[in-house]
Formats: sequence, C-alpha cells, structure tokens
Amino acid sequence: MKDTLTAGAPVIEAKGLNLTFQTGDGPVHALKDVNLTVNRGDFVSFIGPSGCGKTTFLRCVAALEHPTGGSLTVNGMSPDEARRKRAYGYVFQAAGLYPWRTIAGNIALPLEIMGFSKAEQAERIERVLDLVELKGFGKKFPWQLSGGMQQRASIARALAFDADILLMDEPFGALDEIVRDRLNEEVLKLWAATGKTIGFVTHSIPEAVYLSTKIVVMSPRPGRITDVIDSPLPKERPLDIRDSREFIEIAHRVREGLRAGHGDEV
Amino acid sequence: MREKALPVLAVLGIIVVIWYAAAVWMNSTWVYDQAERAGTTVSFAEMVPQTMAQERPLLPPPHQVAAELWKGVAGQAVTSKRSLVYHGFVTFRGTMMGFALGIVFGVAMAVSIVRFRVMEMSVMPWAIISQTIPIVALAPMILTVANQLGIDSREVPKAIISAYLSFFPVLVSMVKGLRSPDAMQLDLLKTYNASEGETFWKLRLPASMPYFFASLKVAVAAALIGTIVGELPTGAIEGLGARMLIGSQFGEPLIMWAALFAAAILAGLLILVVGAVEQMARRRMGVPA
Ligand SMILES: Nc1ncnc2c1ncn2[C@@H]1O[C@H](COP(=O)(O)OP(=O)(O)O)[C@@H](O)[C@H]1O
Ligand SMILES: [Mg+2]
Repeated sequence: MKDTLTAGAPVIEAKGLNLTFQTGDGPVHALKDVNLTVNRGDFVSFIGPSGCGKTTFLRCVAALEHPTGGSLTVNGMSPDEARRKRAYGYVFQAAGLYPWRTIAGNIALPLEIMGFSKAEQAERIERVLDLVELKGFGKKFPWQLSGGMQQRASIARALAFDADILLMDEPFGALDEIVRDRLNEEVLKLWAATGKTIGFVTHSIPEAVYLSTKIVVMSPRPGRITDVIDSPLPKERPLDIRDSREFIEIAHRVREGLRAGHGDEV
Repeated sequence: MREKALPVLAVLGIIVVIWYAAAVWMNSTWVYDQAERAGTTVSFAEMVPQTMAQERPLLPPPHQVAAELWKGVAGQAVTSKRSLVYHGFVTFRGTMMGFALGIVFGVAMAVSIVRFRVMEMSVMPWAIISQTIPIVALAPMILTVANQLGIDSREVPKAIISAYLSFFPVLVSMVKGLRSPDAMQLDLLKTYNASEGETFWKLRLPASMPYFFASLKVAVAAALIGTIVGELPTGAIEGLGARMLIGSQFGEPLIMWAALFAAAILAGLLILVVGAVEQMARRRMGVPA
C-alpha cells in the first residue's frame, strides 16, 4: 500500500467542498467551494482569522465532520475509509493526555486500540519519545510535564502508529513564543526525519511561512480559500531564515491574502 | 495535624459543656419531683450531683454514656448479646452487604443510563422518586414483603433497605463521571476508530473513577443509616438499631445512647476506611499527592 504512493502523489484532494452547519441561529456556511490538493510529503499550513473553517476542513479530512457537498478523498479513499486504514494521526489544540496514564501509557493508547503486541508497543513508544525529544519521560505522569512537553507527548501519540498524514490543529496555540519557536524547529526536524504529509492549522504568519511548503490562506463568512502559496524556501530551514528576503516576501503575500479576504471588515 | 485537631477539639469541648448544662436542666425535673414527693426541698448545689447519676435520666450526661459505652464494648465477651461489639458487628455486616449491593446497582444503572438514552428517560425519574419516599415508611413494608416471600433471615431485607439508600449517590456520581470526557477526548478516540466498548473501558470508566470514589463516602454513610433503620422495626433483636429501639421502648436511655454513639463511631470508622481507599486509588491513578 505504502510503496504505491510515491512522493508528490496527491494525498488529500478536495473538489468543490462545501459544509453548512445547521444551527439554532440558522445555517453557518463553514466551508464554501474549497478546492485543494495536498501532495505526499507536503507541509501545508492553513492560516486565517478564527471562524474561517480551518478546523472544520481538518476535521473533514479526519472524518470527524462530514461535508454537505463536493468530494474529498484521502489517499484516494473516502475519509472514513482512510481512517479505518489509519491514514492519519490527529493532534488537537490541547494535549488532552489522560491524567491517569503515564506518558508511555498515553502513547500506548492508540497502539492498544489498534492491537499492537506489548513488545511492539514498548519499542514504538521508545522510538517516538526519542523523536519528540522526551526520552526518559515515559514513566512520568502528565502533570509532571510542562505544557510544551505535554504537547510534544501528544504529537508522539499521534506518530506512534505510523500514519502517513499528521494533522495538527493549532498544536502550539496555547504556548508562549519561546517554547513555540523550539517546537516549530522540532516539527520541521520531525517532518524531515519521517517524510510525513503534514496539515497544520495556525493563525501565526511567521509560523506558517517558517514551516510550510504550501500555505493555504483562508477567510471567513463563508469559510473559503483566498490564496494558495507554494513556498520557494529550501527544505533545510534554520531559525534565522526568518530574516531572509524571501521569507519576508512570502509573509507579505500571506498578509495581503488575509487582508483581501477580510474585505472591508478590517 | 495540630492545626487540624485544635478546632475540632474546641468544638468538642463546647458541645460537652452544652451537653452537661442540658443534662442538668433536663434531669433536674426528676430531682425536684422526688423532693416534692418526699416533702423536702433541694438546693441548686444539692440538685446538680443528683442529675449526674440517675438510672433513667431524660438526658444522660457524657460520662454516663461513656461508661455505658465502655461497659458495652469491654465489659463482656464480644459474643454476648449485651455486647456492643456484637451488635456493632451485626450492623457492620448489614451495612457492607447493602453498600456492596448499592454499588453494584448504582454502577450498573449508571452504565446503562449513559449507554442507552431510553434508560435515562425511563429509569432516572424513578430513581429520583425512590429517594423522596421516606425510608422509615418503606422499611416495614420491605420487611413484610420479604417475610411473605418466605425469607426468614432479616439480613436480606436489611441489605435491600440499606442498598436502597446507598445506590443513589453512586448512580448520580457515576452518570456524571461517565459523561465527564469532553468532545475532544471522544474525538481523539474516534480518530483511532475505537469501538464503543473501547471508549468505555479506556476513557469513560477511568475518567469516572474520581466521581465514583467521591460518592463512596456518602454511600457508605447512607448504607449504615439504611441498615439501622432496617433493624428498628419491632421484632429485631440484633444490631445497633435494635439496641436503640429496645433502649427507648424499655425506658433504658443509657442503652439507647450508648448504641447511638456506637453507631456514630462505626460511621466514623467506615468513612475513614473509605477515605483511605480513595487516597490509595488516587495515588494509583497518578494524582499528585
Ligand atoms: N459543530 C458546529 N456546529 C455549528 N457551527 C460550527 C460547528 N463547528 C464550527 N462551526 C462554525 O463554523 C465556522 C468555522 O469554524 P472553525 O472551522 O472552527 O473555524 P477556525 O478553526 O478557522 O477558527 C465558525 O463560524 C463556527 O462557528
Ligand atoms: Mg480552529
């Protein structure tokens, strides 16, 4: 299965995607006519003001939400099917670790559900703890870790079962900027080491530009895509790339896209 | 420890003082009556000592209750029918059976209510109504029905009455606990394609444990009250409830008060033990000490 998917092949394909929530105050058009192709190995950021449908799009990919129109495929399958094939790991804004389980126990959670043997669980836990630089913290309980470490543990949990796609919804939104910088660097390293396709929601322009190969700019009411930017930045990105001319140009284009999307509301 | 003990001791001291004052006041009637009948008068100073050692005081003073309690606990073989240890054990046994039954029923009902919406709409209202019926009215009926069914042992109806009171706090807490996981935690399990059973065992049940243990203290106290009420109706000869009733019916206030205090001590011990179990469970579940 995996070998047939070569790098650059489409992994997520949305065509004319629509999603309308029926609420007490009438319908909310969360996604309108969204067209997007994410290729294997891409690092895609979704950026836009809150309420523009970033979370909703990611949840559609994860089959946690079901579109009311258009088509969406993940690895060529329906999102529901893709989930059954363990196509993705999902990282929520809050780490959401179980307080009654150790860090290792939390990472074991998906592995237990997916039926990995005890020995394989242990081996995978070690590997992903290493990957997120939490080696030696397996026996600690969540409350013994800082917020940034907890979020790293939740990323390890999403990585443990070897999904090709990693979906992250503002994973560092609740953390301070210094911790965020460190974690951004680590996510890039992790991406380079694993070759996964990553979907990353943020509302920080520097974060989006620093991380992504593709930046999807969205705007609200109705939630839609206003610009898709393919980043010319190299794959190798030291933190000071943020002072380069290219970086600033992309950031500028993102800002323009956000402003255009906002129309006269700003 | 000291800071904790001091306020408690202070309150205890105040209670003892008020108790003595009340004993003097209530028991003085009898002293004055006796004097009047004998055609003599008693001064206040003469009256006070006479209120402290009556055989059938309206309100026995603390030291008399303590002496009776001591006599009941240490004064005879624990197998004697006059031993408070014996009666206390009978009540304890009944409480444990009712408590266990209450936990089983409470948890089972909570699980089915959380699992099936119809159960919530059909069972929950009845569970609430059940708690509005005064148990003292219901207890004799349960005993009679049990008797009609040919159940000779008093243990069974006692356990049912006790469980009737103790299942409710467990039910309410468990429903709340099983529903405590938020949408994000449930979504996380969905992304793993977890079955409903896995969601229950790996998320809902462990998440409900703090609620469960918190309810146990209330439930064990309720189970004790249920057991004592189950021992009250006439015919019972064993248990602290029966001792209280015998004391009151045969005009032996000392027996009644000693049984009352034995019950209070039993309640305190039960709550201490449940509290210790809760602490142990919390530590095992990784809660910071
Ligand atoms: N379950 C839901 N029911 C109704 N409305 C929803 C629901 N989820 C999201 N919405 C609405 O859809 C719009 C997009 O939300 P969301 O995707 O969460 O935005 P973002 O993540 O970009 O901030 C918002 O207007 C939000 O109120
Ligand atoms: Mg969001």
